[in-house]
Amino acid sequence: MSFTVNALTRSLNVFHLSGSACNNCDIEILDVLTPRYDAERFGIVLVGSIRHADVLLLSGAFNRKSAVRLKRVYEEAPKPIVVVAVGSCACTGNIFAGSYNIFEPVCNYIPIDAFLPGCPPKPEAMISAIVKLIGKLKGK
Amino acid sequence: MVRYLVHIGEVLIFPGLLFTAVIGLVTSWIDRKVTARVQMRVGPPFLQPFYDIVKYMIKETCVPAGASKFVFLAAPLFGLAAVTVASTILWRPMVWPEKSFIGDLIVVLYLLTIPAVSVVIGSFASANPIASIGGSREMKLILSYELPFILACLVPVIKTGSIEFGRILAEPMAAASPAGIIALIVAIVCMQAKLTLVPFDMPEAETELTGGAYVEYSGPPLGIFKLTRAMMLFTMPVFLITVLWGGIPLHEGAVPAVLGAVKYVGLIVITVLIRNTAPRVRIDQAMKFFWGPVTLFGVIAVIVAFIEGL
Repeated sequence: MSFTVNALTRSLNVFHLSGSACNNCDIEILDVLTPRYDAERFGIVLVGSIRHADVLLLSGAFNRKSAVRLKRVYEEAPKPIVVVAVGSCACTGNIFAGSYNIFEPVCNYIPIDAFLPGCPPKPEAMISAIVKLIGKLKGK
Repeated sequence: MVRYLVHIGEVLIFPGLLFTAVIGLVTSWIDRKVTARVQMRVGPPFLQPFYDIVKYMIKETCVPAGASKFVFLAAPLFGLAAVTVASTILWRPMVWPEKSFIGDLIVVLYLLTIPAVSVVIGSFASANPIASIGGSREMKLILSYELPFILACLVPVIKTGSIEFGRILAEPMAAASPAGIIALIVAIVCMQAKLTLVPFDMPEAETELTGGAYVEYSGPPLGIFKLTRAMMLFTMPVFLITVLWGGIPLHEGAVPAVLGAVKYVGLIVITVLIRNTAPRVRIDQAMKFFWGPVTLFGVIAVIVAFIEGL
């Protein structure tokens, strides 16, 4: 494992893109940053611009309008970028799957590195996903 | 030949780039750790700022369409070069007392403005409306804090009659007199704005401008900006201690050096506590604050220094 991959996995800047989510997942994502879980221990911080990001965090079902923006944000991201879909909506569409404005799951638009189902997933599940993701990055 | 090699070594290694970068990154770790403790969190590990910089170096550099490519990529280097040279000039008389020249105070005052100017240039070159707002705020902030900051730096010049770090360090420190204390308080407030920390962080304003002036930067240029900020976090308090508070005289032995380091850590902790307990102010409030009360106190400090010198 090289030093640069080690540095990348120890300093993940997360950009959170919410596609018409109901805010449950968003609140749980914020929980991971609060004093109880404190993701900054592992160098994980939220950033405001996709240009600063190493992780693109998706929440909510992406509909016809927001999927266009999602593709654009993914193209604007500096590579290497890791994409994580948080919540059942982002993974499969959940109860909105097959509705008039949501054509297909988000993995048909951009490549997804980790799916994290749950409505909403617990903060512990998110930390577990981060650990697995770091393992995957190191294995690459 | 050897003389030039020594000069290059000074700029690149000991008081210059490498030394300032390492201590600056350690200082930024102290900043993040104290912030975390204030918020009852554990905080990042010691090597976190170093991991961050290495990570930025391996990321892709995106240049936005419509941006002025050369200026966009050169702006971070201007800032880094300026803070490196400023730190070198600042530290040389503290290590080797004979190595200072007449007017180095003024040179360093100018050089310490360039990192902020480089942020303005870079943000305007990036062809992004959000970055432009951040850049214009940064510009207004420079216009607000420079006047009181220079007034505060005038106090030791009046007291010692010299614009040379070596002479200012040799004389008794300015902060031992009432004028010096007022000047030090004014300078600490200006330092907060010069480092664009809360309450004066409106150029980047994470929650409203999503990164502001830096919004289009990615990869190595962003890493250089972060490194420049960390180095400024080291250089600015050292500058204040040098001109107003007796300096960190490494050549005088262990006790004065440790005392100087304690002053430095004290200034950093004051800065971090201000940043964690104050809300962000608007840019017009900041300008009124700096051109009103802070400049007034700066003028009072200068007048008191003149009266003390009579």
